[in-house]
Amino acid sequence: MIVYIILIPLVTAIIIPLFGFINKKLPFYVTLLSAFTNFILVIRTAKKIFSYGTERYFFGGFEAPFGIEYVVDGLNSIILIIISFMFFIITVYSKRSLEKEIENRRLPLFYALYTLFYTGILGIVITGDIFNLYVFIEIASLSSYTLIAMGQKRNALMASYNYLILGTIGATFILIGIGYLFMATGSLNMADIKLRIVPLYHSKMVRTAFAFLTLGLMLKLALFPLHVWLPNAYSYAPSAMGALLAATGTKVSAYALIRILYSVFTIEFDMKIIPFNQIFLLISLVAILAGSTLALAQTNLKKMLAYSSIGQIGYITLGISLSNATSLQGSVLHIFNHSLMKGGLFLIAGGIFYKLNIENIYDMKGISKRMPYSMAFFVILTLSMIGMPFTVGFLSKWYLILGAIEVGRYFVIPIIVISSLLSLIYLWRLVEISFNSDVDKKEISEMPVSMMVPVIIISLLTVFLGVFSDIPISLSREAVKIILGS
Amino acid sequence: MSDFILSKFNYWASILLMMIGMYGMIAKKNLIKKIIGMNIFQVSVFLFYISMGKVKGGTAPIFWEKAVIYDNPIPHVLILTAIVVSISTTAVALSIIIRIYNCFRTVEENKILETLANDENQSGNNQ
Repeated sequence: MIVYIILIPLVTAIIIPLFGFINKKLPFYVTLLSAFTNFILVIRTAKKIFSYGTERYFFGGFEAPFGIEYVVDGLNSIILIIISFMFFIITVYSKRSLEKEIENRRLPLFYALYTLFYTGILGIVITGDIFNLYVFIEIASLSSYTLIAMGQKRNALMASYNYLILGTIGATFILIGIGYLFMATGSLNMADIKLRIVPLYHSKMVRTAFAFLTLGLMLKLALFPLHVWLPNAYSYAPSAMGALLAATGTKVSAYALIRILYSVFTIEFDMKIIPFNQIFLLISLVAILAGSTLALAQTNLKKMLAYSSIGQIGYITLGISLSNATSLQGSVLHIFNHSLMKGGLFLIAGGIFYKLNIENIYDMKGISKRMPYSMAFFVILTLSMIGMPFTVGFLSKWYLILGAIEVGRYFVIPIIVISSLLSLIYLWRLVEISFNSDVDKKEISEMPVSMMVPVIIISLLTVFLGVFSDIPISLSREAVKIILGS
Repeated sequence: MSDFILSKFNYWASILLMMIGMYGMIAKKNLIKKIIGMNIFQVSVFLFYISMGKVKGGTAPIFWEKAVIYDNPIPHVLILTAIVVSISTTAVALSIIIRIYNCFRTVEENKILETLANDENQSGNNQ
């Protein structure tokens, strides 16, 4: 059953170019239909998981340690829900936005690669086989290189090329790590490796594997010193693709890192046998501060949001590095929330570009007079990014702080607060400029409805899930049970 | 010492190639040379995987009645997938380079960056 989650987008990606021969508009509707079906399927699967427990699928009927296995459990169902939701909503948005940014004849190929990227990220989340993980990472990366290169400006080409070089180094490191793990344990199934690895903790092979795997994933994750590919890739890609990358790309790598650290290696290995968590904590704190500070220096709206993403990735890894139940819950919540918030902000940035053709923040004087609704939703999402109570952004920061207190690392708290203040400064700058009242009143020219509705839904969800916080909290509690339980 | 190097010759060769490839990817300024470096880097990993599958005294993993031990075929199968991935990465990279050449009329990284910096200055002056 769960294999259809992968099969539907994969088959769609292959047949889309054929529909493109019939009519250039058809691929959009095919993508939309497949995205919707997949979203419904993921919701139904998740419901089943929460009542009956983990579901597995074996390829070709070969049982777990020998064949390739797909697993959906409490941890990856929450990630699947947010990914398929964001993909569906960004697909709705993409129609009008792409009509402006991409030549008509390239649309079928864009949608084919766009769906292939979706297949890749779903595969990373759902697979239980470590080599399959590498293959899906490469599927997602290869399609994202080409999608970024489709951007309008010629900077997009260099952005894509640089991402290709760094992404390949990262993926090849992961491949080397998998090789060492296979040499040490003789298995590729994650659950099986976990059992076999226990007596091998002091083996140099296992440690080398750990080093290569984490380093490769950190490159894919764009953790601070390895973030150089991210800002250009996010800001020069077509708006819809930039939003999808920001909402799902790095989040999936964060999930893969959690899987490697807790489901392949164990918490004792990460914390006691090698002092990985302390190093990781330090890197995360530096990433949080550096990302927020670099975002302050940007004048291009999309670049500012991209640098802010680098800071937010620091929060996710902070929760992973503190490695107790509360902080991990904060981490999973932050993957969920940040996907929602940053996706929404990128969609608004794309909408402003669609209507007014401007990207520089200082050119946006008084645009709230022209696009009042978009800017209103921008304010809601900004408040959520800062972490105001009654928005989802508050929940994850709250759990991260509680987690830090639980293990007695009090110095984490001021850093979270400082970074929240910094994000207040860099995001509120745009709000202030756009509400500047010197400009004469102009007629309202909002984004088209198909672009506005996704923004409305995302903004309302950030508030709704912040008020009725039981839903994300119970989902993430389920996820933490899987991370620590087994 | 010589025994230490010779007995693990494959691995040393793979490490050497890996370092050469990494150096090419990072230090070269020509976009094509970077891709050549990337290929060397990936091939070194293939070599590493293929060496890993060898079992002492094993024969090729094809059914044969006289055989006692077989080599492990799994790494070979895995690397077949990785080779496909590597080829597609190279193809994507080369097609991006073709588009870069059409846009900038050069494949030297520093010249492209210069052009991009000029672009930004001009757009700044226009405003």
